Amino acid sequence: MSAIELTIDGKKIEVEPGTTILEAARQLGIDIPTFCYDPELPSNGACRICVVEVEKARALVASCVAPAGSDMVVHTASERVINARRAILSLLVANHPLDCITCEKTGECKLQDYCYRYGVADSEFSGEVKELSDDDSNAFFVRDMNKCILCGICVGKCQDVIGAGAIDFTKRGFVANVGPAFEDSIEDSTCVFCGLCIDSCPVGALIPKYSLGKGRPWEITKTRAVCPYCSIGCNVNLHVKANEVIGVTPVETNPVNRGHLCIKGKFGWDYLKSGDRLTRPLIKSNGVFLEVSWEEALALIADNIDEVKTRYGSDAIMGLCSPKTTNEESYLFQKLIRSLGTNNVDSYTRHCHAPAVDGMMEAFGSAAMTNSIEELSDTGAILVVAADPAESHPVISYRVREAVRNGAQLIVADPEPIGLTDLAQHYLPLYEGSAVALVNAMAYIIIEEGLQDQAFIDKRTEGYAAFKAAVSKYSIQDAAEVTGIGEEELRSAARAYAGAEKAAIISTVGANYSAAGGGLVLALANLALLTGNLGKESAGLYLPYGENNLQGVSDMGALPAVLSGYQLVKEKAVRDKFSRSWKTEINQNAGLSAAEVFTSGENSAIKALYILDENPVTCIGEENVETVQFLANLDFLIVQDIFMTETAALADVILPAAAFAEQEGTYTNTERRVQLTRQAVNPPGEAFPGWAIIAELAGWLGFEWIYDGPSDVFDEMTSLTPQYAGMSYERLKTRGLQWPCPSEDHPGTAVLYEGRFSRGLGLFTVVDDQTAVPSRTEISVSSAAAYHACQCQSDSMSKRSVINNFKRDSGR
Amino acid sequence: MYEKHLMICGATGCLSSGSSQVEEALIEELEKHGIKDKYRLVMGGCPGFCEVGPLIVVYPDEVFYSRLKPKDMAELVEKHLVGGEIVERLLYKGPDVDAPARFYDTIPFYAKQKFNVLRNSGLIDPESIDEYIMRGGYRAFTRALNMDSTTICEEVKQAGLRGRGGAGFSTGLKWELTYKAPSSKKYVVCNADEGDPGAFMDRSILEGDPHAILEGMLICGRAIGADEGYIYCRAEYPLAIKRLKTAIEDAERYGLLGENILGYGFNFKMNIKEGAGAFVCGEETALLASIEGKRGMPRPRPPFPAQSGLFGKPTTINNVETFANVPLIVKEGGVDEFVKVGTDGSKGTKVFALAGKIRNTGLCEVPMGITIREIIYDVGGGIKGGRAFKAVQAGGPSGGCIPDELIDLPIDYDSLNQAGAIMGSGGLVVMDERTCMVDLARYFLSFTQKESCGKCTPCREGTKRMLEILNRISEGLGKPEDLDTLDSLATSIKDSSLCGLGQTCPNPVLSTIRYFRNEYEEHIEEHFCRAGVCKELFNYRIDEEKCTGCTACVKACPVDAIKGEKKEPHEIIQELCTRCGSCIEKCRQDCIMITPVGSEADVSN
Repeated sequence: MSAIELTIDGKKIEVEPGTTILEAARQLGIDIPTFCYDPELPSNGACRICVVEVEKARALVASCVAPAGSDMVVHTASERVINARRAILSLLVANHPLDCITCEKTGECKLQDYCYRYGVADSEFSGEVKELSDDDSNAFFVRDMNKCILCGICVGKCQDVIGAGAIDFTKRGFVANVGPAFEDSIEDSTCVFCGLCIDSCPVGALIPKYSLGKGRPWEITKTRAVCPYCSIGCNVNLHVKANEVIGVTPVETNPVNRGHLCIKGKFGWDYLKSGDRLTRPLIKSNGVFLEVSWEEALALIADNIDEVKTRYGSDAIMGLCSPKTTNEESYLFQKLIRSLGTNNVDSYTRHCHAPAVDGMMEAFGSAAMTNSIEELSDTGAILVVAADPAESHPVISYRVREAVRNGAQLIVADPEPIGLTDLAQHYLPLYEGSAVALVNAMAYIIIEEGLQDQAFIDKRTEGYAAFKAAVSKYSIQDAAEVTGIGEEELRSAARAYAGAEKAAIISTVGANYSAAGGGLVLALANLALLTGNLGKESAGLYLPYGENNLQGVSDMGALPAVLSGYQLVKEKAVRDKFSRSWKTEINQNAGLSAAEVFTSGENSAIKALYILDENPVTCIGEENVETVQFLANLDFLIVQDIFMTETAALADVILPAAAFAEQEGTYTNTERRVQLTRQAVNPPGEAFPGWAIIAELAGWLGFEWIYDGPSDVFDEMTSLTPQYAGMSYERLKTRGLQWPCPSEDHPGTAVLYEGRFSRGLGLFTVVDDQTAVPSRTEISVSSAAAYHACQCQSDSMSKRSVINNFKRDSGR
Repeated sequence: MYEKHLMICGATGCLSSGSSQVEEALIEELEKHGIKDKYRLVMGGCPGFCEVGPLIVVYPDEVFYSRLKPKDMAELVEKHLVGGEIVERLLYKGPDVDAPARFYDTIPFYAKQKFNVLRNSGLIDPESIDEYIMRGGYRAFTRALNMDSTTICEEVKQAGLRGRGGAGFSTGLKWELTYKAPSSKKYVVCNADEGDPGAFMDRSILEGDPHAILEGMLICGRAIGADEGYIYCRAEYPLAIKRLKTAIEDAERYGLLGENILGYGFNFKMNIKEGAGAFVCGEETALLASIEGKRGMPRPRPPFPAQSGLFGKPTTINNVETFANVPLIVKEGGVDEFVKVGTDGSKGTKVFALAGKIRNTGLCEVPMGITIREIIYDVGGGIKGGRAFKAVQAGGPSGGCIPDELIDLPIDYDSLNQAGAIMGSGGLVVMDERTCMVDLARYFLSFTQKESCGKCTPCREGTKRMLEILNRISEGLGKPEDLDTLDSLATSIKDSSLCGLGQTCPNPVLSTIRYFRNEYEEHIEEHFCRAGVCKELFNYRIDEEKCTGCTACVKACPVDAIKGEKKEPHEIIQELCTRCGSCIEKCRQDCIMITPVGSEADVSN
């Protein structure tokens, strides 16, 4: 269709068919007021403040919903329009408390702004006003529905974007309201406290409790940072006044979270202000921690490290890095440990993600999310197996909802209903432990019905014949018996996945935790290979990790066998390259893994351990006796953290570190996107950013490291790491960059394996545990609940946050 | 074979005045005489004349019995059915006839009516598909099966059929738009959510001739390429729903609904969706949302349902009466016959529900173009109690009032629009001099205010403020600037509301101000309600010269506010009077006057 030409306020403009008058006017820089318009939601047209006059039209038209028409002549500020807007404002103000002096929203309230613009000081109408009591039921926000102007954006966001469905319009006429069903409180509703309603409310009806009385919009500076919780890496604006974070809003312009957050990002950052933050270095003396100076603490560490090194050799030293640290910190950490002459550096990155990593390594030759989160919205079919993204990675569930709104087929395979079940056209409540059989059965059906992508198989893969023979051994009836899913359901799910032009698979920690997780990852890789759903946009495997920088810490080489960029320690060329740069020798033997060491008990070869931001004592909820025993047997334990954790309590020296909002650095999210997080406030007391502590300690240990700041560290890392080679802080500023990004003019890589897999051809693997007896006692494939929406692996942050008050069971 | 058919009106109006008790008594009497098997009793559709119900029409004798009571049945059976003699006492009598009228053709109420839509109502058993077919039913549909979509749409356009739901959009054009919208799935939706206060045209059609709706929808489905239909009927119409369900089952049994209908490869599935009573669900986009299981709230158009309707698919949505007209048009020679009735711009007939201060309340179907005078005086029998006609509210809460000076206005879509009213669904509320126009506007506005869905600002907040002003005026607290405020509020609500409900709900206020401004001014400036409705704004006084001291009013007064001896003029104690109006109803001498509060001046009633 050809472009449409219209005239707005005397200016001519050409727009695409389907463009609304509002959008056209905005293209011309004409500012039309709106309350209820949100580009993310279906056309609403409720508030009517955006009315404009269209010549020859009978009534005024709502520009946010009226499509631009050919030769239309539009007036956005005629007297009739202004009068209508004044009337609307006057009507709204007549039923809205004018307590602007104390209202939290003052300064960024649209109603206030428009009343100012159109000179509506008070309403010409007086009469009944709403007198509803506040809903103060929950720990997170206050709802004052007397201020609500019923624009409906919160309803749309809650229902369409988030899928929580906690609120809707209630009642009719003048007493119409927005709220949970049956006038329940928010606390008793299905609210997931993502905060999107708060962020999109144009007036002061919804106010987060953390902001109450804390500051005015004009007193606030906003600093862009990356959420410290899960591996999605949502971008947030930290609202700061007087060196205190007093609020968080989502960044709307980045591709990761696009203005969305979950409870963790919106409310989970208050641990920053927790009273038990570490503020000074501590040394244990006769079982009691004493505050000491940095010099004293670092000298003690240097002495002890030297002693252990002298008495037992370098391999008696180990470093354990947390997947919560920045790339800069983890890079320097492994550099420090390796500079001490050992490769004994590991992180908890592998603790629960090994099956995913191993499976993808085998099938593709490298392990990472194959595609980008934002691409999910445009996919044609999504298979969710052994995952509950609404609970573990809410932003992914938002994208799934968007995809379904755009027409995608959704297949959910889980023994129990998950957060996306209501949306799924195909819900397969399979027996626990039978996910591999289910995926294999889908492959069988795809082959039997000729739905496979034969060209892709022929050109890009190997091992197909054996795979085909293996899945063909079992009939669909067998699969139906093992999985508990009928043949028709299996067939329609297989057709939905294979029939889509582009299809994606999502599986989270459920797969990774479960004993058979590795097998499931391989089976899923087979399915994607079979249908050619790799190496193209909006397809692939989405196996999102848990912790925020799990990908980055692995990339940085905080692993015993590889240096940054997965370059093998055992290869001399690699060692030489790093030795040259670091001006130190690198041990050629791979180091010990955390798993090996932590289970070695009294016989451990490790005598000195340096733990960064990690709490292995209570890693997955309960105290780990074996770990405590191991830690107690050490000669010297250094813990660097932001809190006095159960692990820190066992340390000889504790170093107080800065938290995410208190330092600059980069995180690499689960889709390989390297993002810049910035410093918003100063660390408490004498706490320092982790990278700076490590650099300082390096000096005490005799190394001559000179870094001006984290970007210096980053630049050194990129010079040694091919995947990161083209990156710099400057380039990361707005959207970040996805690796591989080999050169400064490379745009980054959204989709892996276009044209080639890391191992050359994609490998079909026979995963043959069809005979697995379906049993409900096996580890649940839906153990995604372990990643509760409010927590991450170690709950040291969340349990010091208001989000600890949210305990709703997953699955609703 | 039956000797006679007795059509008992089984529509809601007559049911509520006792027609099922009449039926029981009739059966009892027939059994007493042992002749029950000789007569076919049908609880049939509505013949329209609710005012004189319950009704029985005896065929083939063509005798119309009215105002029946169960105790009349003995005589009816004995005299008429057994004795073959008409029971004169039970025939229609009224001031408009010289002698008791025997059948429709001699009852003035029916004289100017033209039965198109109500062709079968009261004549056939609404629960018998055979009787519908015998009356030519489904013949238009079978003809449509042999026609292509374009031709069907063309015929409906040629007939000039306009939507009977109110706005009067060309039905054929609407069908054509849906037909042209590309989609493999389309829907036909029948809007049977008749919600205007006092309107029951659609209910009577649904109850009296349900197959006509199915046939109209089937023809539409054939024309637009739809294979599924929904009838959205309010749950307050249980009888209509029951009859529709029976009709659907029968049509399915006869192969007129379902797969491969009559071997033409045409499929059609019919569903009923019961509405929960929100007025706004009569608005088409809200109705569609409600069928989809969402809250019934309107959405902006475009896209129009013809492009993106039910479940996002192209959908034709028409009102009950519109669909009931369709078989008449699509039957052989239907167009030519159809266009003979009506005006240039408004073809065919329109069913109206007559209510208010009119003698013959009920349902009438009249040719488009008939004047208000004809409806009120000829069909409606004039004003109750012989008072003066003041105005008629056309189109319910979305419509406007038409004053007596426009009594010769022809009723068609365009004339009504010009007069500030709308055709609407066809409710006509007749008002006499004892109707207060401020109160009338207030009544309709309080209805729409409550029924506003709350979505758009002007309708939700604006109607509330208008209502508050009207309340003030009727309590004597009006301010001189109120009329201007009402006018500007009404204009901006009309101008900027989202849906038809908001865009039309100020009409009753605007049209009453337009035609009865003096009455508003009298309320505001003189604190006087001449009609004697706004209780704060008048007193009853007894004209001492006229009063004969009959004590009727004294006895009628529930608060003992009237004193006076027999044969002596009575007096009302104003401090006690609650202005309930009981006295004025009882006064045979017409001596109770409505006067301004605190005024001694005589103001004639």
